[in-house]
Amino acid sequence: MANLTSVKIISPHASGEVMDYFALMKPRVMSLVLFTAFVGLVLAPGDIHPLTAFTALLCVGVGAGASGALNMWYDADIDAVMQRTARRPIPRGLITPHEALAFGSVLAGGSILVMGVLVNWMASGLLMLTIIYYVFIYTMWLKRRTPQNIVIGGAAGAFPPMIGWAAVTGAVSLESVALFLIIFAWTPPHFWALALVRKDDYDLAGIPMLPNVAGEDETRKQILIYAIIASVTGLVPVALGLGGILYALVSGSLGVMFILAALRVYQRRDVDAGRKAAHSLFKFSIIYLFAIFATLAFERLAAIIAGSFGMI
Amino acid sequence: MNQVENGEDSTQEFERRRRARSLAIALSLAGLMVLFFIMTLVRIGANITSTAQ
Repeated sequence: MANLTSVKIISPHASGEVMDYFALMKPRVMSLVLFTAFVGLVLAPGDIHPLTAFTALLCVGVGAGASGALNMWYDADIDAVMQRTARRPIPRGLITPHEALAFGSVLAGGSILVMGVLVNWMASGLLMLTIIYYVFIYTMWLKRRTPQNIVIGGAAGAFPPMIGWAAVTGAVSLESVALFLIIFAWTPPHFWALALVRKDDYDLAGIPMLPNVAGEDETRKQILIYAIIASVTGLVPVALGLGGILYALVSGSLGVMFILAALRVYQRRDVDAGRKAAHSLFKFSIIYLFAIFATLAFERLAAIIAGSFGMI
Repeated sequence: MNQVENGEDSTQEFERRRRARSLAIALSLAGLMVLFFIMTLVRIGANITSTAQ
């Protein structure tokens, strides 16, 4: 465990720039959350006014940003000792933990309320569940206690397409649960690949990630198992009629590539080649998720456009 | 950004940042107000259309 008592959060009266507050919202994570929520919104049956759709996505984005800010507030001590996170606004002393807490809380409450009033209360309830899950269950409870942190905590990142779906239909359905499961199964190999690359960082902060607790070989095995599960789960939309032939081809071929990349991680065990393979898998996993969700959305939008021109 | 020297410069920098933050909050609130206004029009319009049918 790292000696976290030696970490100082400087500047008790810090007041950052507007962009520092934006950085507090984890914009890169937010963009993936927004994208998957958008796909859920596009795939859902029924009509939604474009402005209501915009409002739903705005609330999802702000809610995700709030979760990021609250995560950075709670994790300020470990962020300061990890190389990957040491440049975040709180460790740099640009924003105080109290400012981050207030900022995150206001945005969380505001996004849930606006979603409920302007979109619907089912979407609002799912957004609230996502924020609570990420902040309380993942950040405060699981992250520092168990190597299964990102397996269970991964659900928080899997909710956004369900929120998008619920924004249109006002309900949860089997199809939206399938979208949830794709991201849920994708999360462990994605984050464990990063954990292999950043093992020393997590050691320093005392975070019990799988490579630090169970060892790198066990992590490689788990990555391979979950990559297979994720690739198979990626085909569920085909069985449900949510994805067509194009989706089946894209999801199937990328799924095979995902498994092959995980297999390379499993086979390459010397330090440099192993880290390189893990880093490649981490980058590929992002492309995989983006590509299969983009294909689902493309198929649906193409069908809508073709339908509006009387082609089908 | 946080390497502001003490004294007058730091006060000016503090004031500048506060003005920027205040402006961002004001713009966000104004945007929210416009959003609520237009969404109200959209909903009223939809209700009128469905009642007329």
